[in-house]
Amino acid sequence: MISITNLTKRYGKRAVVSDVSVDIATGESVAFWGPNGAGKTTIVRCILGLVSYEGTIEVDGLDARTRGKAVRSLIGYVPQELSFYNDMTVVELLDYSASLRGLPTDRVDEVLEIVDVDDHANKRVRELSGGLKQRLGIATALLPDPPILLLDEPTSNLDAAARDGAVRLLEGLRHEGRTLVVTSHHMEEVGMLVDRVIAMEDGVITTECAPMELAERLGLRAWLHLITTSGDTARAIEVLTANGFNAQLNSRGVLVEVSAQSKGLAVATLYEAGVHIEDLEVWR
Amino acid sequence: MTAAVATPVSERPRLGTITTIARKELRTTLRSKWFWLWTAAFVGLAALLVTVALPDTGITGYAGFGRTSASLVTLVQIIVPLMGLTLGAISIAGQKESGALRFLLSHPVSRTETFWGTYIGLAMSLAIAVGGGFGIAGILTVMRGVRAQTTTFLWIALLAWLLAVAMLGVGMLISTFTTTSGAALGTAIFFWLVFVFLGDLGLMGTSVATQMPVNVLFLSALANPIEAFRLAALTTFSGSLDVLGPAGTYAVNTFGGSLVPVLSATMLAWVVVPATLAWLRFRRRSDL
Repeated sequence: MISITNLTKRYGKRAVVSDVSVDIATGESVAFWGPNGAGKTTIVRCILGLVSYEGTIEVDGLDARTRGKAVRSLIGYVPQELSFYNDMTVVELLDYSASLRGLPTDRVDEVLEIVDVDDHANKRVRELSGGLKQRLGIATALLPDPPILLLDEPTSNLDAAARDGAVRLLEGLRHEGRTLVVTSHHMEEVGMLVDRVIAMEDGVITTECAPMELAERLGLRAWLHLITTSGDTARAIEVLTANGFNAQLNSRGVLVEVSAQSKGLAVATLYEAGVHIEDLEVWR
Repeated sequence: MTAAVATPVSERPRLGTITTIARKELRTTLRSKWFWLWTAAFVGLAALLVTVALPDTGITGYAGFGRTSASLVTLVQIIVPLMGLTLGAISIAGQKESGALRFLLSHPVSRTETFWGTYIGLAMSLAIAVGGGFGIAGILTVMRGVRAQTTTFLWIALLAWLLAVAMLGVGMLISTFTTTSGAALGTAIFFWLVFVFLGDLGLMGTSVATQMPVNVLFLSALANPIEAFRLAALTTFSGSLDVLGPAGTYAVNTFGGSLVPVLSATMLAWVVVPATLAWLRFRRRSDL
């Protein structure tokens, strides 16, 4: 569905994406994962024809450079944040987007229901919460019922509750046969939304794998801060150390190093040993 | 819902898309405080000038109309270029800064459709502002018993709108070279100062200091859209450019009856050339 070959993007002499080649199959969901500045958003901008680039990008067999409008007619794009058109109402914005795509306006009512924003249809964009703005962004992307959804850091500006809602909404869209391309630096989000992760750093692909393998491949670790019932701290350290964990005392709790993708293993180990945990925090 | 494969669309610009973007731009501009600030200033000063130009001294008939028109031409020279320049300058740069441009271009629309849709929408809003100023001035003039030459008045209003649109093109050209609306606005105000003050006072000073030949002086005036507007407007309502001294006499003697068409063509060139350059620059811009 999307074929990227030897993609390079330079700003002046600096290459922000270097010789990237990726093929994304129809119906596949893929994440470009990496820290800020890794080049993942630039790839999205290249696919949309917003920036010039070296190399080739084909979408459904169409060259993105010469058939930009045709390519974009196949794509629903969700920006990082809808921080513009603040004076428009939700319906006005969707009508505008539908009109640009030559779609009938009754499609607007359908997508408002799909993303559950119909109760806010007459509010101005600036009056919406971050979560609702993100749902509106997804609504504009869904208007043409596109075969491809391109999501640029879809939850990066949301609080935990709004992020959870957005991820659940996107998870539902994933199973509708669309090709889903997401950029993200949240490992949990990637794990829930995609089949394949393309990890990037400094403009190059560092690894490609299933989401569950990513933490292991990249050697990503996290620290759990466990608060045990009084008197159990020493025993918790003893049990964890005996099971191969790196555990240490930290004020009134235990700090234990875990794989970023299997944080529950330490908790399960303590539970089986009869050590009661009152609370926990994830430290990265 | 199932994902449907849409039929690929044509790459050629669609009038419907340009109209959609123009309508949205017009609506956005009519909600903008910048626009209403300039419009209120123009309409208010036009009303004030008509009142001041026609005090209760018994000046009526065509003489009164000449005074009203001269006052309006002076006002247009100052305010209208600023309106066009600032609206144009914040158009592309402001949308780029907020992310709106990226969102718009993620739709199946081309840069050509985006540019001309924006341009037409802003040109329409400038028509409303200029029309408002001239409309109020016209009504007040007639209410004070002055015999208005309707065709001449409308022609001057049209020239004022052409000046606004010419400056809109210059503003959008500035906008395509800048990345923030602040930088675009600052550059636009600098250009306004250059056009308004250096164009008029600078030209007069230079011509005296360098003994500039009259033909060069006349051509130099045409190189400034504000001067071109002034010459065209003065020719329209006074029939001569004697008030401009030797350069005016030279223009009348050289072009005779074709002076108004020459000046109008100059205004049109100022409308077309900067806008076209801005469009070409916008199409080629590598980062949006």
